[in-house]
Amino acid sequence: MEKNNNKNYMKIEFLSKSSNESFARVVVAAFASQLDPTIEELSDVKTAVSEAVTNAIIHGYEYGEGIVVVEATLEDNKIDIVVEDFGKGIEDINKAMEPFYTSKPNLERSGMGFTVMETFMDELEVESELNKGTRVKMSKTFKSLSIKE
Amino acid sequence: MQLSFDIINNYMIVKLKGELDHHTSEEARKKIDQKYYSNNLTNIILDLRELNFMDSSGIGLIMGRYKNCADRNGMISIVSTSPYINRMLKMSGILKLANIYQTIEEAIKG
Repeated sequence: MEKNNNKNYMKIEFLSKSSNESFARVVVAAFASQLDPTIEELSDVKTAVSEAVTNAIIHGYEYGEGIVVVEATLEDNKIDIVVEDFGKGIEDINKAMEPFYTSKPNLERSGMGFTVMETFMDELEVESELNKGTRVKMSKTFKSLSIKE
Repeated sequence: MQLSFDIINNYMIVKLKGELDHHTSEEARKKIDQKYYSNNLTNIILDLRELNFMDSSGIGLIMGRYKNCADRNGMISIVSTSPYINRMLKMSGILKLANIYQTIEEAIKG
């Protein structure tokens, strides 16, 4: 593997339990801290990870048992995050990404998950296959670094 | 997540402390609703000043309580001073349903 000193990578996997939502976002935030982001940037990342992991638990596995994988790559001043589940998949990604749309209206969900991810991160990409799972890729460049040396 | 309740006249004041996500919002919702209905109250003030994290599950929680209050001709008010939480509230359009105040006294005055 080519060595790049500006690159770092981590991966965690955990059971699809809602108590792991805070675990996942705190781990990613702690990892991202290496790039010295602002509190606001860190809060954006935490929120986006929380949304993606919550989706995996509620929609991917519909509260059943499964594995959620979270990966993060740091390169220069950018973080790439992947949140993946191997659950039921999303039938219509465009519909799922519409603000306020929820496939589970009885659960008091706001339907804002993807909108939050889109707003708080620079890039968002969703790949999904029915009965195979969903992979959410998002990235953010920490601007705070660019003003330093 | 810690919740504490206070009742002033027809207002149920709920102070939320800690992190409000999908995991913690389910229990918070049950406790809030239980208190609201068993005390036969009308209005709710949600004090979010001691929350250090909130994702869109918090928005779902607020929207649900808004509906409960509206069913009883009551209203919901939010006390929040955190720019992060206020940004989330603005983004969700919840400000069309509820006002944000800096203090509980202001929220009661309306």
